[in-house]
Parts: sequence; C-alpha cells; structure tokens
Amino acid sequence: MPLRVGEKDFQTRVNKGLDDAFMRGTVRSAQEQLRTRKQASSEELGDWEAWRSLGEEIRTHTLEHLDYYLEQLSDKVAERGGHVYFAKTAEEGNAYVRKVAREQEAKKIVKSKSMVTEEMSLNDALEEDGLEVVETDLGEYILQVDDHDPPSHIVAPSLHKNRAQIKDVFAEKKDYEDSDNANDITRFVRGELREEFLDADIGITGCNFAVAESGSISLVTNEGNADLVTALPKTQISVMSMERIVPTWEELDVMVSLLCRSAVGQKLTSYITTLTGPKGEEEIDGPEDFHLVIVDNGRSDILGTQFQSALHCIRCAACVNVCPVYRHVGGHAYGSIYNGPIGAVLTPLLDGYENNKDLPYASSLCAACTEACPVKIPLHEQLIAHRQIITEKEKLGSMPEKWAMKMFGTGVSAPKLYRLASKQAHRVMSPWTKGSRISNGPGPLKAWTNFRDLPAPASERFRDWFANRRRSEFDE
Amino acid sequence: MKVSLFITCLGDMFYPNAGKATVELLEKFDCTVDFPEQQTCCGQPAFNSGYHSDARKAAKQTIEAFKDAAYVVTPSGSCAAMLHEYSHLLKDEPQWQQEADALSAKSYELTQFLVDVLQVENTGASFHAKATYHTSCHMSRLLQVTRAPQTLLGNVNGLEMVDLSHKHDCCGFGGTFAVKMPEISKEMVDEKVNCIQATEADILIGADAGCLMNIGGRMSREETPVKVMHIAEVLNHTEER
Ligand code: SF4
Repeated sequence: MPLRVGEKDFQTRVNKGLDDAFMRGTVRSAQEQLRTRKQASSEELGDWEAWRSLGEEIRTHTLEHLDYYLEQLSDKVAERGGHVYFAKTAEEGNAYVRKVAREQEAKKIVKSKSMVTEEMSLNDALEEDGLEVVETDLGEYILQVDDHDPPSHIVAPSLHKNRAQIKDVFAEKKDYEDSDNANDITRFVRGELREEFLDADIGITGCNFAVAESGSISLVTNEGNADLVTALPKTQISVMSMERIVPTWEELDVMVSLLCRSAVGQKLTSYITTLTGPKGEEEIDGPEDFHLVIVDNGRSDILGTQFQSALHCIRCAACVNVCPVYRHVGGHAYGSIYNGPIGAVLTPLLDGYENNKDLPYASSLCAACTEACPVKIPLHEQLIAHRQIITEKEKLGSMPEKWAMKMFGTGVSAPKLYRLASKQAHRVMSPWTKGSRISNGPGPLKAWTNFRDLPAPASERFRDWFANRRRSEFDE
Repeated sequence: MKVSLFITCLGDMFYPNAGKATVELLEKFDCTVDFPEQQTCCGQPAFNSGYHSDARKAAKQTIEAFKDAAYVVTPSGSCAAMLHEYSHLLKDEPQWQQEADALSAKSYELTQFLVDVLQVENTGASFHAKATYHTSCHMSRLLQVTRAPQTLLGNVNGLEMVDLSHKHDCCGFGGTFAVKMPEISKEMVDEKVNCIQATEADILIGADAGCLMNIGGRMSREETPVKVMHIAEVLNHTEER
C-alpha cells in the first residue's frame, strides 16, 4: 500500500466521508473515549506540560544529532550480530527485504504493524515475488482480508468499520460463521493467525523506537502479536524510518510513557517488546538472523527546514483524536496512510505538493492538534507554512483567490481606500439584504451564504459612530 | 489611562454595537479611548491562507497606526492573537520586527485588559438571562485567555451561565476555511449549534466577531431562537430593576 491511497480528488473523498454517517458516528465516539482516557492518564503523571517539554527536548536533541545516534545504533546492532541496511528510498528498502527473503528461500512472512512499510508498499513488492504476507495486528488483518482497504487512523487503522461490517468481511472471505461479537471475532482471528505464526519463515515488524546505546528496537502493542512475530520465525526484519530513535533506555522510558498515554490513554500498553539482535546461544527463542532496515525516503530533506519538528512525531494519533475536521471527514479523506493533522503536515513533505495541495487547507487552524501533541509539534503553524509555500512558492493557489488577496493587500495598506470601501459596503450589499441579513450573497459570498446568513454591513460603522460622538463632545 | 482601540474589520463593519460597548466599558474604568483612524484589518485572512506578503502589508499598516499608542485593546481574541504573530511574520525585516515586538507587548484582548491590567473582575453589569459562552480557539489556545471572560461573566448580576458541552471544539469558522471548505465547516458549526441548543440558553456570548458571525449566521439560517451577543455588550449591560 503506497503513501497515497484512495480516490485522486480531495473533494470526492471529503464528500464520501461526510456522507458516511456510520463512520462519523464511530469516529466521534472513539474520539471522545480516547480523549477522556488520555486526559485522565496524563493527569496522573502530574505536570503534563513538563512531560511534553521533556518529550520535545528529547526529540529535538535526537534529531539534531541524528547522524551520531544512527551510527551508534548501527554499530551496536552489528556488534550483536545483526545486519543494518540504510535505505535511501522505498525501492531500496524493498529490494533489500526481497533479497533477504530470496536468500532464506522464504514462502510466508508474518508482519506486525509498521506504517513505514506501508509507505514503501513493501507487501506489494513481496507479493510480486510470490511470497505470502500476513498482517497480524487485528486492525491491519481486517483491512488486508478486506481487499487491502486503506487504513483510516494512525493507531486504529480500521476505525471506519463496525463489528457487523467486520463480521461480513470474514464471512465472505474466510467462511466465518459466528456472531459479530468482538470476542467471537477475535477468537476466530487468533485461530487463523496461530497457524500463520508457526508457518512463517520471516517476521517483519516496524519499530516504535530504536535505542541507540544498545542497538535494540522496541515495539509498543496491545495484542501481543509483535511478540510472536519477533519470537517465532527464524529470520527477523525490523523496518524503521530513520527518525524513530532515542539515545538511551532512559529516553525510551519517557517516550513510551508519552506514547501510551497519548495514544490510548493507558499508563502502559499490554506489551512492550524489545529486541536486541539475533538470539544468543543461551536464549530459547528469538530469531537466528536479524536485520534492521533504516529508511530515509525523503526524511533527510526535512531535516534543517522549518518542518524539522514534524519528524518528532511518535505516531500516537493524539492530534487525530482531537481534530474536528477528521471527525467529520474520516481518515480516508486525507488520501494518505498518514491522516489527520499530522497527515496533512507530513504527506506533502514526503509526496510533494502537486497531489496534496488541498490537505494543508483541511484545517480550521483551531490548534487543538498543536495543544494535544505530546512532543509539541506546532501542527497548525506548519499547516500555515505549507499554505505559504503552496501560494507563494509553488504558485498552486487559485487565480481568483490570488487576486482577492492582492486586492486585500492593497486595501488594507491604503487606509483611505479601505475606509471608502467599507463605507460603501452597506449600500453595495443592499440589493441582497433582507431585514438585517443576507441569505443569498453574490459571487464570492456564495460559499458563505450557502449554509449561513451573513449579517448586513452596518449603515453606521463603528468608526462613524466614534467620529460623530467625538464631534458632539466638542460641540458641547 | 490612555487606551487605543483596535476595532478590527469585522467589528467596524458588522458589529458596531460591540465596539460602542467596548468604548463605554473602558470609559467606565477611567480610560480615555482613542481610535486611530489609519487602522484597517489585522491581516489574518491573508496570513492564514498563506499569502504572507499581503499579510505583511496589513501588519505594517497596523503597526504604523498604533505607533504612538500606550495600550492597544481589541474586542477580538483572534485579532489580538494575530498582533502577536507579526514578529514572526516580519522576521526578515529587523526594523519592522522590532516595532512588531513593541506592538505585541502593549496589545490586549478586551477581557484580558480588564482583568490583567485594570484589575477589574466585576464590571457592575446586570443582565437577567440564561447564557452560555463560546471559547474561541484562537483566544483560548493561541492567546491563552480563558479565565478572564469567565470571571467577568460570572460576576454579572442576574446572569446565569450554563456550561457548553464540547466547548473546546472549533465552531468551524477558521477565517477562509469557512468558504474554502464550506461543507466541512457546515458540519462543524451544526455540531456547535446542537451543543448550544442543548444548554437551553437564551443567549450565546462570544469574544470574537468571526466565530459569532459563523455561529450566528448558521443559527439565523436555521431559525434557531438563540440570541448572539458580544461579551462587551453583556459586560456593559445595565438594566433597571
Ligand atoms: S503529530 Fe504529535 S499528536 Fe500527532 S501523532 Fe504525531 S506525536 Fe502524536
């Protein structure tokens, strides 16, 4: 599955989202639940703002010394007998994994959630080689079985489906016969997956954070499948995007605390798996062969720019869970595997503006995302920065808008003209005014009056009132 | 105390009564109010849409207009927040940036000015009604003004304030967002209106003309019988009992 998913046209995707009453209902209740839980669990930590600052500091420090820590990480992994591969592009990363699979003569691969492998379309690449790839996170598994339906949420990828729909998917594709009860479905999936785990030749996982000092990778999950993916198959490949790194275990502790609380409102998730190289002689389980693929895929171009802090992201989806726009349009509207506010920031950075120029405008700039982000990414400011690049550098803004803004610039910097225009507004608008409101405005006002009334401009502006009042004071 | 009023473009043209109430309120607390004629718009529409060179024109005009002011007070949370953006917007022009910093240091949103500078917590207003308050995003999140309006409204004689559920959710205005993404914006404002109706308040109070225009405009279209008032009008309200 590539970075960009779904229909090409933004408006089509938005309309589809807006029309999906069911999806909007689920999203609303999920947002509410997650938001409340996050609040409670973060309050437990005491000074949440201090924790956020610490999180931000750790991320900033790491990114500013990224070369150093990546080298340290890579040395440590090698010391432990693992292999490290730096992939500049998605293709390079895919090619490396394919090569490992060929060398192992692998047939089946089990995976545990990794967004970067989706960004790289790794599954497609492996399937081209005739390999069977099985996603083992419940959400991802559902999507995979449902003809590769794209994910719609960063943490809960199949948030847009309800139990009945999930049951139907399994009934149709896997001859599932039980009820739509969550326990029944989970039991069924567990049974299906158990076989896959035992059969698999290779396990592929993502990586929430790699620990540079020890060369370990960590995975934060609630299902335990990452444990199995890393423990059972003989070969283990972890794919991480290059910024997912912390200097030491101490920072890992802080980041995991922030992640669990922000993502699901838990102190800790059920499983935090860490893996350090292939298994040692005295160890009973774990892979015999360990590979770490560190993927750049456009990220180093973000370093050193005004968007650098977007790489702080720990994929907790706290920004998604508070976003009112996301709530109404759903994750698929973003047309990217990264959705919500961080998706609107990240997608144009990784995939360019041309195909994603609407995303930065899909925000009312209410800053709820910025307030929620545990690592203090100024998301709404970055959306404005994107808009600036889109209009002033890439020149992708519409002509009428450009002219309107030019007129605006002229008007606001010429007070006389401004005063004259605002004085005329009441008269100019009078043909459309009924009572004191305008319900069917002309031209550019249409988009507003399609859904709302506009108050008629006042016949006496504030400044006229003020001037008259002054005058009468002098007269007295 | 001499106070210069930044009335904002929406306030000037659409909500003159809020401006009048602002003047009267400030005078009530011994301020001499002055209105620099050269002021226009804070530049938010251009800034938020990405047209920063046009926004800079507005910023410079505003800086010029308030050069001699001791305090700049505005009855709009988001415009007040915008004044604090100027420094960043003009970062490539050090001379202007300095002036932007000076403006930002002396600028206040109305309720913030009343509470923090004038140390007023009770404006002596009296208003018998049931009302709810809309926390504008820019005022609460960017300007970080939340306590002042609540305190002042809490002390209005006779006013019963009901809490608005989901109050931190945006009303869907977002300046040009409302016209660039009208369908999404409509869904957002509808959700807000539902929450307002659920309070059974007679009046919706706000401190930002943009949000009031959006929510009020939607309620007017849907014939929702809730009156919209700017906080200055409420705080300046007196009634014979
Ligand atoms: S941008 Fe911040 S809030 Fe959003 S997913 Fe990333 S870390 Fe979490």
